[in-house]
Amino acid sequence: MREFGYQRVFDVPGAVARLGADPDARYLGGGTNLVDLMKAGVERPALLIDVRELPLDGIETTDDGGLRIGATVTNSDLAAHPEVRRRYPALAQAVLAGASGQLRNMATVGGNLLQRTRCGYFADLAKPCNKRVPGSGCPAIEGEHHNHAILGASEHCVAIHPSDMGVALAAFDAVISYETADGPGELPLAEFYLPVGDTPHLETALPSGALITGVTLPPTPVAAVSRYRKVRERASYAFAIGSIAAALDVQDGVVREVRLALGAVASRPWRAQEAERVLTGGPASADAFAAAADAELAAAKTLPHNGYKVTLMRNLVVAMLTELTEEAAR
Amino acid sequence: MALSTSSAITLNINGEKHTLPVDHRTTLLDALREHLDLTGTKKGCDQGQCGACTVLIDGRRAVSCLQLAIASEGRVITTIEGVADGERLHPVQQAFLDLDGYQCGYCTPGQICSAIAMIEEHAAGWPSAATADVRPEAGAPPLTADEIRERMSGNLCRCGAYVSIVQAVAQAAEAEAAQTPTTARQFSGPSGPGDLAHPAGTTDAEMTA
Repeated sequence: MREFGYQRVFDVPGAVARLGADPDARYLGGGTNLVDLMKAGVERPALLIDVRELPLDGIETTDDGGLRIGATVTNSDLAAHPEVRRRYPALAQAVLAGASGQLRNMATVGGNLLQRTRCGYFADLAKPCNKRVPGSGCPAIEGEHHNHAILGASEHCVAIHPSDMGVALAAFDAVISYETADGPGELPLAEFYLPVGDTPHLETALPSGALITGVTLPPTPVAAVSRYRKVRERASYAFAIGSIAAALDVQDGVVREVRLALGAVASRPWRAQEAERVLTGGPASADAFAAAADAELAAAKTLPHNGYKVTLMRNLVVAMLTELTEEAAR
Repeated sequence: MALSTSSAITLNINGEKHTLPVDHRTTLLDALREHLDLTGTKKGCDQGQCGACTVLIDGRRAVSCLQLAIASEGRVITTIEGVADGERLHPVQQAFLDLDGYQCGYCTPGQICSAIAMIEEHAAGWPSAATADVRPEAGAPPLTADEIRERMSGNLCRCGAYVSIVQAVAQAAEAEAAQTPTTARQFSGPSGPGDLAHPAGTTDAEMTA
C-alpha cells in the first residue's frame, strides 16, 4: 500500500477545500471498499480526508413529506430508521440485504453510492481492465463474466454496480446533493452514473472534488407498498447476481403507478422505465407483468455465461409484482 | 510541505488509553495485534469477508481489518479481552462455552464480539434481511434461528460449528432478555428510545428449526 497522509475534517467547506488542494486525495467514509482497494493497490491516494465527523449523519423529513438522508449516515442507521421502514420499506430491505452487520455499521450512504465494481479483473493488478487502466482491455468479455452486465454495457466494460441500496434509490427517484468549492449542486440518481461507452473509468457525473452531502427522497406514496428482493449464490452476505426493487399501486385490477429498478444487471442501478411504461394503466395480471419484463429485457445483450440473468430478472419482475398485487389487495 | 504519513495516536481500548506511533497504513487489527499485544482479535481474510477480526467500536460491531487505526482515535474500542467482567465471563462467552459454540476456536472471538452487539441491535428493534415485515408497526421479530443466522452471517466458521453457535447466541439473548427490563436498555441505535421493542423469547423449537 502506498503511504498516505490523513486528515480528519469537521465541516463541509473545510473538507472540500482540503480535497481541492490535493488531486491525489480521497474522502474516507466507512472505508469498507476504499481501504480494501488500497490494500490491493487499486486505489493509491496520497491523502485520506476522513469525513466521518462531518455533521451529515441525520435523517429528516422534508417539508414536502420526503426524506433527507445525510451522506455519513451508516447503512445500519438508514435501515433501522422508522420513517425509512414505514415509507420506503424496499429501501430498508435493500440495505439489510447488503454486506454484513459489521460492514453495515461502518459503511456510509455516500460511500455506498461511490463503491466500485466487484469485477475480479478490476481488483487484480496483474490483469488488464479498462475501468482501472483506460485502454488496457476487458478480459471479462471473453473470461469470467457470469455475474456481469446484460444491460447498458459496452465492448469496453461489462462490470456491474454492486449496490443494493442504489437499486431502491433508483426506484424512488432519489436526488444526490453535493458540495464543491464553487458551491452546492444536485444530481438525480438517473443522471448520477454515467453511461459506460468507451469511458468506463468515468463512473459518475459528480464534478471533480465534489463531496456527496446527502440523498433526498421525494414524497412517494406508492413506496409504502414496496419490496426489495435479492438473488445471490449463498443465502446471506454475498453480492447479488440479480435483484429488484418494486413498488405498486393497483386499484380495481388496474396498475395506477409502478416503480421498478433492477440490480446486478448494469453498470448502474437500472430503472426499468420501459417496463413501467408498459404496465401503467394496464391490467395487474401475470401476463402483463411478463410482457413488461420482456419489454425491458428486449435490450439485453448477453455473454456466453450470463444469459441466465435474462430469465432470472424476468422471473423476479413477475414474482415481485404478483406479490405486491396480493399485498395491495389485503 | 510533505505530508506526514505517520502519527502518534491515542486509542481507547477496553477502558485503557494507549498512545502509540503508527504508520497511517496500519489497520486497527494490526495495531491491536502487532503493537499492543492484544492478540485475541484474529486476522482471517484481512479483507472484510470473514468477521474473525470483529471488535466493538462505540458499542457497535465492526471489522477491524478495514478500520484504519488512525481513524479509530476518539472512538471507544472493545475487544474480546474487554468483554468479561473481571473473572466473570460475558453471558455470550459463557453460552459459547456451555454449548460448544466452536471447534478450533479461531473465529470465536469475532463470533462473540459480533453476537454481543447483534443481541443489542435486535433488542433495539432493528430488523434484518430475514425479517418478513420491516415496517416499525410490525414490531421486532422474534430472534429465531433464521434471524440469528442472517444477523451473524458476517462471521464465517470454517469448522462449520454453526449449529452450536446459533444455539449459544439464542441462549445468551434469552438470558439477557430475561435479566434486563426493556425500559432499562440503553442503546445508541438510530431508532431512538421510542422504538425499543421487547425481543420475544426464542423457543426450543425455533432454536433447532
